[in-house]
Amino acid sequence: MIINHPILGPRDSQEFTYLGDASLIDRPDWQADNAADQFCDYLYLRDNPAGAHRELWFHEQGDRSWLVVTRNTVTHEILNVELARDVARARGRSK
Amino acid sequence: MSDVMVNAGSVAFQADGSTGARKGVQVNRLDGGLIKGGKPLSFTFDGKRFKGFEGDTLASALLANGVRLMGRSFKYHRPRGPLTSGSEEPNALVELRSGGRQEPNTRATVAELYDGLEANSQNCWPSLQHDFMAINDRFSNFLTAGFYYKTFMWPAAFWEKLYEPIIRKAAGLGSISFAADPDAYDKGFLHCDLLVIGAGPTGLMAALTAGRAGAQVIIADEDFLLGGRLNAETFGIGDLTGAAWVEQAQAELASMPNVRVMPRTTIIGAFDHGIYGAVERTADHVLAPEAGKPRQILWRIYSKRAMLAAGATERPIAFENNDRPGVMLAGAVRAYANRWAVTPDQTVAVFTNNDDGHRTAADLIAKGVKVTAVIDTRADAPAVEGAELFAGAQVIDTRGRLGLESVRLRLASGITRDVPCGALAVSGGWNPNVHLTCHQRGRPAWREDIAAFVPAGELPQNMAVAGAANGDFSTAAALRAGADGAVAALSELGIEAKAGELPEAEDAPINVTPFWYVKEGKGRAWLDQQNDVTVKDVKLAHQENFRSVEHLKRYTTLGMATDQGKTSNMGGLAIMAELAGKQIPEVGTTMFRPPYTPVSFGVMAGRSVGEEFRPTRKTPSHKWAEEQGAVFVEVGQWLRAQWFPKAGETHWRQSVDREVLQTRNSVGICDVTTLGKIDVQGKDAAEFLNKMYANAFAKLPVGKVRYGLMLREDGIAYDDGTAARFAEDHFVVTTTTANAVLVYRNMEFARQCLFPDMDVQLISTTEAWAQFAVAGPNARKLLQKVVDPEFDISNEAFPFMGCGEITVAGGCRARLFRISFSGELAYEIAVPTRYGDAMIRKLMEAGEEFGAVPYGTEALGVMRIEKGHAAGNELNGTTSALNLGMGRMVSKKKDCIGNTLSEREGMNQEDALKLVGFKPVNAADPVQAGAHLMNANGEVSAATDQGYITSAAYSPVLGCSIGIGFLKRGDSRKGEVIRAVNPLEGKEIQVEVVSAHFVDPEGERLRG
Repeated sequence: MIINHPILGPRDSQEFTYLGDASLIDRPDWQADNAADQFCDYLYLRDNPAGAHRELWFHEQGDRSWLVVTRNTVTHEILNVELARDVARARGRSK
Repeated sequence: MSDVMVNAGSVAFQADGSTGARKGVQVNRLDGGLIKGGKPLSFTFDGKRFKGFEGDTLASALLANGVRLMGRSFKYHRPRGPLTSGSEEPNALVELRSGGRQEPNTRATVAELYDGLEANSQNCWPSLQHDFMAINDRFSNFLTAGFYYKTFMWPAAFWEKLYEPIIRKAAGLGSISFAADPDAYDKGFLHCDLLVIGAGPTGLMAALTAGRAGAQVIIADEDFLLGGRLNAETFGIGDLTGAAWVEQAQAELASMPNVRVMPRTTIIGAFDHGIYGAVERTADHVLAPEAGKPRQILWRIYSKRAMLAAGATERPIAFENNDRPGVMLAGAVRAYANRWAVTPDQTVAVFTNNDDGHRTAADLIAKGVKVTAVIDTRADAPAVEGAELFAGAQVIDTRGRLGLESVRLRLASGITRDVPCGALAVSGGWNPNVHLTCHQRGRPAWREDIAAFVPAGELPQNMAVAGAANGDFSTAAALRAGADGAVAALSELGIEAKAGELPEAEDAPINVTPFWYVKEGKGRAWLDQQNDVTVKDVKLAHQENFRSVEHLKRYTTLGMATDQGKTSNMGGLAIMAELAGKQIPEVGTTMFRPPYTPVSFGVMAGRSVGEEFRPTRKTPSHKWAEEQGAVFVEVGQWLRAQWFPKAGETHWRQSVDREVLQTRNSVGICDVTTLGKIDVQGKDAAEFLNKMYANAFAKLPVGKVRYGLMLREDGIAYDDGTAARFAEDHFVVTTTTANAVLVYRNMEFARQCLFPDMDVQLISTTEAWAQFAVAGPNARKLLQKVVDPEFDISNEAFPFMGCGEITVAGGCRARLFRISFSGELAYEIAVPTRYGDAMIRKLMEAGEEFGAVPYGTEALGVMRIEKGHAAGNELNGTTSALNLGMGRMVSKKKDCIGNTLSEREGMNQEDALKLVGFKPVNAADPVQAGAHLMNANGEVSAATDQGYITSAAYSPVLGCSIGIGFLKRGDSRKGEVIRAVNPLEGKEIQVEVVSAHFVDPEGERLRG
């Protein structure tokens, strides 16, 4: 596969390591009333879609960016690539 | 037409004149062809010496020498000869070469002949002509489809001892020598605008069109000669013969710097996003690779666009005893005659259901071969000149034990007739080579007009198919499709190309009436000749309800051999369709998967073999340690000194005990460079580490080090290390050797994905610093001789858990940490890696007066067990901070990875495992890591399990074996005597539960 890195351009997927569902960005608030339940869902419950899937890839043999790659799990078509940090900020993870 | 071929100039054979001179003992050698004259090449088959010519394959050379028998089939050991002239060959599998270069299951039809080639038949004993296992053929009524599934089911106990060994002995085709392969295999990467797969008329025209437009082009073909079928046919292109046109095209391509022509290169798979795998056989056609050159190269080709121009494969017709050596595909017989100037026999018959088969008859007749009959299943077959035509007839049986002697016909009138022939050229029509179009999600579609599947569905990204591979079989259509396809592909890339005027070429229509198998006869009609699957087997599969094509394949093994059923799948599924009363498109095809043809393990491994399998990382003191005669151990990719034997020491324990005692009594030095090091800087560095570690870091003063425990988000202990604060905004963190890469990855994940606006930067500095532990009562005295005098490292100025940036040896930058894994007064000193070798020598020199010893990983392990320090055995992915006795370290006042879920009820049970130490009641008993703990009395069972021992060692300080491990409520059971059992080895000892801190439990030494 080729992942079109937002900064570095097209790179072979061999340069990356894969983590999993991009929902791992949405780490719950440890002080929430039901924090334990939220963490349990966060850690153990994943969608397994046949189709578009947002997932985390780490450019380990490159610039060490974490990326959110939107990939069709059926065709391996890559629909979008974003810097995970931008995604995290957009999802309200700024301090 | 054949006269034109002979005049084709340098590529055609004509130089050394007379037929007689060429023939010699090559009794079936004809005139013409694309083989090169001159000195014949000498080769052996089963030890017998033969001669051939440059341009021959092993198969064509053997046929020229009158050898039709080349192999034995997989199951019944039936005698077989080549069916084809290409990579789709099911029968003529041989072992090439010998010793370390021996390669089994090689197709003789694509093995390029060279002087000195050594080939042997396989799957036969004692010889190809007299094969003992051919007895299987007599029992064929038992060895039908599903035989293994039905027969070896019971008694179950027989499987392992009886059935499996017998089956394994009988299974497989060729053999390997077990000698190491002396040759190198390489891997490489290529990029292009257009990848053209196949160099027949379609591919060559596409490459010419794209090359002339200036595009970056790669054209690859599995054959050593470009041209595809143009080399096998007699029709010309424009004013030229096919071969001459190919030569012209090749010369033009060679003149273009933007075109890379790759013969002997098979595109083995179409992968995601326009990436193709290719195997280039750079030295299989010579006796041995040139020094320093690889035998094969595995290429990864990144293409913007690809054109599949892989041509088509002819399919046979099944009839009784259609597997005798001499029964071949008509297109192959034609290729042998036209390209290799060989006929499989002097008398040949043709059996066809289409016009293409008639070309074989015509070409053979033109070459002077006697064609004894043209048998056409169609009642309205076209006329034949020079041979007797049997229209509406079928071949119903054949004769000849080790080679074909005659065929029996059922004529249209109903009477039978025997026709003598040493070869039968069979054509059942042509199947487009759709394989690569299916490597993603493509599913071929049936085209009634050509009675074949063509590419359809979702093709691999940016792939187009052209020519015969797309069902356009004529040469004119191929040239047109190649040119137009290249123009279309390049226009998508914004490159303007022109198709130009195309030369004239034959444009014969496809005239085929589907005909899959002859229904007459009680014997076996072969579909898959390599796996010995017959029409009967397909019928049996249908009868037993294995009717989907995927079931049919697995039940009968149709198409599961090394040829992947290239010549047999179509027949099998057509018969299944007929039996099931379905149309062929309803039945569909099985999935084609990479590789297109077999690939050697050697080229997959490339250079990653033996010591080069993965990188070897050496510590900065490696050279020095080697000089000391150290014994090394692999730790991940690292080579670390395990112990340093001294003269007179005959057992490793002597060395390790000495290293431990000398360290505890005076001073020892150990290279600890392999521990991961991460530099953490930024205004929020302390806050960031608070998130990473279970314990708190925010208030760690500058100049201090703190032990840190990392959890996984599920609350399980993950890794431990130290964090040293060199400035308000600068920490240096260590990790375990094993987790250096993973911890860094996790920290980057937290930094970028969880806390994206923290002001913190991370970089791995594991390899930037050489680090040595200096431990023992004399550690400070030793270091004071090395550290520059302006730095006060007295106990007062540089207390336990202190750290600082210093200089050593007169100005060399260094870092000093007062931390201890051994429990002794100890430091770790780090210098830039390039000074690591100088540093170990300096330390050892300074330590000479104290009798300083270097110690290895074994002594390191003994000393940490004596101190009850957790390591990998304890941080084993199942244990929590509570289990490790560090439950109180997990801060409740802050958020960190893992703290919320570490509070789960199940991880905080009253009888939780706790880390404690174990001493044998009988001092002579060895404590074993992995032993399980049971109460003093009662049964030994999983239900009564009390825990397990994780680490054990002989403690030279205590004079007995000791262990640490996890025991239920262990912290409140000290003094209790329990049992450590090892049911695997039938061992059981009594141990006393003690504190894990065996040595200096108060920690006075390390503070001294």
